[in-house]
Amino acid sequence: MTAETARSDWPLYEVFLRGQRGLNHVHVGSLHAADPQMALHHARDLYTRRNEGVSIWVVRSADITASSPDEKDPFFAPSGDKVYRHPTFYDIPDSVPHI
Amino acid sequence: MGFDTAYRAIAEDSDDQRWAFGTGFTGPLAGVDQALPRGADALELGAYCLMLGDDALVMSHRLQQWLARAPELEEETALANIALDLLGQARLLLTRAGQADGTGRDEDDFAFGRTGGEFRNVWLAEVTDADFGGLIARLLVFSTWRLALLDRLRASRDPVLAAVAAKGVKELTYHRDYAAQWLLRLAGGTDFSRARIVAGLAAVTPLINELFTPTDTELGLSAAGLAPSPASLRAEVTAVLAHVLYPASLTPPLLEAGSAPAAGPSPGGRHGVHTDAMTELLDELQSVARANLGATW
Repeated sequence: MTAETARSDWPLYEVFLRGQRGLNHVHVGSLHAADPQMALHHARDLYTRRNEGVSIWVVRSADITASSPDEKDPFFAPSGDKVYRHPTFYDIPDSVPHI
Repeated sequence: MGFDTAYRAIAEDSDDQRWAFGTGFTGPLAGVDQALPRGADALELGAYCLMLGDDALVMSHRLQQWLARAPELEEETALANIALDLLGQARLLLTRAGQADGTGRDEDDFAFGRTGGEFRNVWLAEVTDADFGGLIARLLVFSTWRLALLDRLRASRDPVLAAVAAKGVKELTYHRDYAAQWLLRLAGGTDFSRARIVAGLAAVTPLINELFTPTDTELGLSAAGLAPSPASLRAEVTAVLAHVLYPASLTPPLLEAGSAPAAGPSPGGRHGVHTDAMTELLDELQSVARANLGATW
């Protein structure tokens, strides 16, 4: 086995970081690794060098089920004209600052 | 409880919101008393800082030589991070050496202004690696030993050494974990990868005894409560290596059949006697400083 084929054998992982001020994990990029533990190490070494993170998630890219761009209209267009789903017709009490 | 309060409870550092990643960077010596501890032999303390500083500086340079040579881009970054951690330790220790020995030499004077015979690092730090398996075996032994050393050094009566050790323990815990995980992968991988890690362990075995052979400096500082005795680290290093290697059906270097430890270099790096590889390493390390005398960067 050459180094080239070994490289392509390593699966792709997606990396999610929770920053010091972040409430949720945010996708920051992807990397190759042979197993999940190695992916965590790589993510630590590649994406937290500048003190960015306090928590890391990694997940095999192949394990993510994503919506397809082809389905954009049937998926998302129907909600575009339903303005009544937005709570803009209500008076917001002063004691509720963020909504 | 409003949303703002909940947010603050989760966010760990709420000052200075302008910076995405915070501004919580403090030097490892912030607030540390830099006066020499009472009753300490200043020359011995300086010599000791030089030993630990040289171990880190030389090992760091060997790791840097893996840049553009590592098998994967991600591993290259990992090795660079480890090299940078060690370089940071070396800078603090060499600076402390200059403060303690009264010469006032700074970190650059020590790194770039000494000849090979004046370096005090162990041979384990200076030898070359035949391949990635050799590097992993060497890094595992080096980081296991240095972690055991710095773990005890946190209790030193010298506040600067204790602070450097406290910083280094966190770094070396990661280095050891990195090397241990790779060792298990290589040992459990293909016949070829296992042969490489077996050869790597065989190559470092003769260098291990030097780690536990005390110099007069170390014995003096140990008696004064400033540094651990090198021999006291052997039990922990042996146990950790056994813990990592037995599951991979490998024999830890310290427990070779017959259990008579291989003799180390004597006199070795702690006395300024080095391998030919060290000469080449220093030629490279010091070449820029020699070509541009007095340059700053």
